[in-house]
Amino acid sequence: MDKIEQAVLELREMDELAAMRSPIHSLHPLTKLFTTIVYIFLTVSFYKYDLSGLIIMVLYPVLLFSISGVSVKTCFYKLRIVLPLVCAVGLFNPLFDRAPLLSLGGLAVSGGVVSMITLMLKGIFCLMASFLLVATTTIDAICAALRKVHVPAMIVTLLLLTYRYITVLMDEVAVMTTAYKLRAPGQKGVHYKAWGSFLGQLLLRSMDRAEELYASMLLRGFRGEFHYAEGKRADARDYVTALLVPAVLLFFRCYNVAMLFGGIAMGV
Amino acid sequence: MICFEHVSFGYEKGKPVLEDLNFILQDGESVGLIGANGAGKSTFMKVLLGLLPHEGTILVDEYEVNTKNLKEIRRKLGFVLQNSDNQMFMPTVYEDIAFAPLNYGMTKQEAEEAADTALEKLGITALKHRHNHKISGGEKRMAAIATVLAMNPDVLLMDEPTSALDPYNRRIIINTISSLEKTKIITSHDLDMIMDTCQRVILLSKGKIAADGPARDILSNRELLEANRMELPLRLQGI
Repeated sequence: MDKIEQAVLELREMDELAAMRSPIHSLHPLTKLFTTIVYIFLTVSFYKYDLSGLIIMVLYPVLLFSISGVSVKTCFYKLRIVLPLVCAVGLFNPLFDRAPLLSLGGLAVSGGVVSMITLMLKGIFCLMASFLLVATTTIDAICAALRKVHVPAMIVTLLLLTYRYITVLMDEVAVMTTAYKLRAPGQKGVHYKAWGSFLGQLLLRSMDRAEELYASMLLRGFRGEFHYAEGKRADARDYVTALLVPAVLLFFRCYNVAMLFGGIAMGV
Repeated sequence: MICFEHVSFGYEKGKPVLEDLNFILQDGESVGLIGANGAGKSTFMKVLLGLLPHEGTILVDEYEVNTKNLKEIRRKLGFVLQNSDNQMFMPTVYEDIAFAPLNYGMTKQEAEEAADTALEKLGITALKHRHNHKISGGEKRMAAIATVLAMNPDVLLMDEPTSALDPYNRRIIINTISSLEKTKIITSHDLDMIMDTCQRVILLSKGKIAADGPARDILSNRELLEANRMELPLRLQGI
């Protein structure tokens, strides 16, 4: 399969993941949005050497994965491009921060190594949480939640339409790439001499399709704002989750639970 | 009722795509709009829907097609696009069908009822929660019709409803169109389908009305059709 077609398919798979049924999927989107934002904020706020405190934050994505039925493998596969970038952020820390911070079995570990691992874990945890939000909530539901917290309609509609039009654009790229490949055997990708006309054609075709799509929306009463069909009212479960999960996360942030349990286990 | 009085339109000055169109379409009529490529069929639809400006007067019931009345006009006219992919832009069939009712102020419950009625009418209730990219071309075309039926428009406009469909799905679409008791304007090159679904035919040629009359008379007129780069419907060719 062509790389672009694969990308379109992957994007659509996200819609399918979001349409699954599980206790996490059925939570109100605002609850999920809120807890995800709190989780990301608290995870990022850990001190750079507080690796032991940060570790416990893995519980949140692990629980969500197990309850929602979304597979960890799918998550890492879909994040395969962005994960290395996130991991690379702290790569140079060991070079700049060489002062020993702790000793593992007689082996001195520098502050740079610890801060590198902390940074990597923060990035991975935040990405997993964001992925879980998108994988358990449809884009429409996320947009509906954003509107509920009074994010301007213009921005939300822009977000939604960008998401919709990405597939339109990618569809066109896929068709054009296939047409090109079939008449340029043995070539890898599109030759640079054809880039100009390729991009020009892509722009024109996408504009045509986008115009028709927009006309179709106008003809069905669209006047600048989406009305979200799949919305649901928040119930007691949503409120409890929205209060309980951030409270537990805050507890994890304020107390080093790993050390606390370690201390209990060691009888200290 | 739809009334065209001296309607003209051109993308460039001095090059009319539609020229001095005059006709009246009564409520309940089914009209087939035929013509060669470039005759102005799609432009005709766009002008009627207020997507393109025009000279002359177009009336849809008591409303004149102009920017002031677009909301009312579009509430009355339901347009099914030729390319269903462009019509179906929401993730699931249900969300797409509920799109128009919600825009027209229905509550979520009313929108769901309207969607269910449209799905039931077309016999595609099973598609309700399917993802748009996972249904076949024929199913997508039916779902596209449902998105418009859910608006309960007075007039149904369809652009090439049977293009790119296999014979089985084509027949389903023809039967579906025939069963819909609404005023219809259908553009197509599929003259057999036009024969099955329309009582009246308007033949466009270079933006002008070359013929307007009963479907059987126009579609059996070999000379007229061939003069306008068309052929007799297959069933009349004696093949």
